[in-house]
Amino acid sequence: MGATVTTAASKEKIWNGGEDIQPLGASYGKMMMWYFILSDSLTFAGFLASYGFTRFKFMDSWPIADEVFNHFPFLHGVNAPMYYVALMTFILIFSSVTMVLAVDAGHQMKQKKVATYMLLTIVGGLVFVGSQAWEWKNFITGTYGAVETKGGEILQFVDKDGKRLALADFADTSIVREDAVLTKSKGVWSMKGGADTSVSMSQIKAGLEKNPDVLIRTQYTVEGNKHKKVVLSREESLKRADDFVYVVEGANLIRNEYGHKTFANLFFFITGFHGFHVSVGVLLNIIIFFNVLLGTYEKRRSYEMVEKVGLYWHFVDLVWVFVFTFFYLV
Amino acid sequence: MAAHASNTKRIWTVFVILSVITIVEVLLGIDKPDVLFHHDFLSLSYLNWIFIILTIVKAYYIMWAFMHLEGEKSSFRWSIVAPMFFLIIYLVCLVLIEGDYIYDVLQTSSYRWIF
Repeated sequence: MGATVTTAASKEKIWNGGEDIQPLGASYGKMMMWYFILSDSLTFAGFLASYGFTRFKFMDSWPIADEVFNHFPFLHGVNAPMYYVALMTFILIFSSVTMVLAVDAGHQMKQKKVATYMLLTIVGGLVFVGSQAWEWKNFITGTYGAVETKGGEILQFVDKDGKRLALADFADTSIVREDAVLTKSKGVWSMKGGADTSVSMSQIKAGLEKNPDVLIRTQYTVEGNKHKKVVLSREESLKRADDFVYVVEGANLIRNEYGHKTFANLFFFITGFHGFHVSVGVLLNIIIFFNVLLGTYEKRRSYEMVEKVGLYWHFVDLVWVFVFTFFYLV
Repeated sequence: MAAHASNTKRIWTVFVILSVITIVEVLLGIDKPDVLFHHDFLSLSYLNWIFIILTIVKAYYIMWAFMHLEGEKSSFRWSIVAPMFFLIIYLVCLVLIEGDYIYDVLQTSSYRWIF
């Protein structure tokens, strides 16, 4: 490894054409990193544009982000919209700051400082990926549960004041569930599936009939307010019970309790693709961190590698700024 | 570039700017003042316009200060920012107009069942 470093020493910034040729005043590696970022940002723009398209297409029935992403660590059952993603945003911006400080220290050839800031950046990146995993866990587990109708609409349940009800809050569990798993111990050997939800459909229907306070909330928003969903009257709610098909708890790629199927798909795809980028960034940062410790860039007399990886890391932050706006704020 | 001047002051200023913008966004997002929220400009509420503009301001600071575009040659800067900016604006305009059109078809059109 030492041998490679010495032959490459100080030639890193030179193009094939010779010493004094630098197209657009940038070194080869830096320019290619920028053009990679350009193409990757167009990919992300494509994803976010498709999110916008789907949302405009279902303008009157899109889930309300504030209701979906309202968890905060150690605050169970507290409605805390936005705080957690805001915290994640700060973590990522701050790790961007430590990265740019590392680049700055690299310009001054201060090896120890570069290493310290790189380490802080790696820690920030890992905390962010962990936060995203927690966000996914909440999204996949779900909070309240809902039912899906024959037409594919997601119906949620509220009480008289419009407060959301979990399925377990009103379902009549005294009824034996119709989808009980028939196991070998019950004499059935060849059947699969069944009870994978906390309550069964007949329990929900019975609970809805029994509790006069339970109402159905549809996917549609009221006229003139995109952040308020239509709640059916008691009679209409009872009538809708005939259409119930599935009990939906949490989210997967087929259906989710928040509303449109595409909402969960886009969430998994966009935040997942971004999370993948962050993970790759952490990996690159770790490689560079060890190179700094080994003195590779001291031998080269140039910390440009830190700068190039830094560009990628800032790009990850840049994408998150947009994801944050379009998924959580708008 | 061995004798590079330190930029730490600039970095911390940008960090403060980005933090303040994020805090403003979060406060507006939680509070959602009715004046901004229920009034539209070009079929987008004022609140959403504010969010989008603040996001672009943030993107500007990240790209110019952190990714150090301000120190590059302007030809290089243009070769990156121009394609990004125009292609994205173009794509977003087309796709959002189409999405709005499909919404109208699904709502009101008599041929929505074959659409």
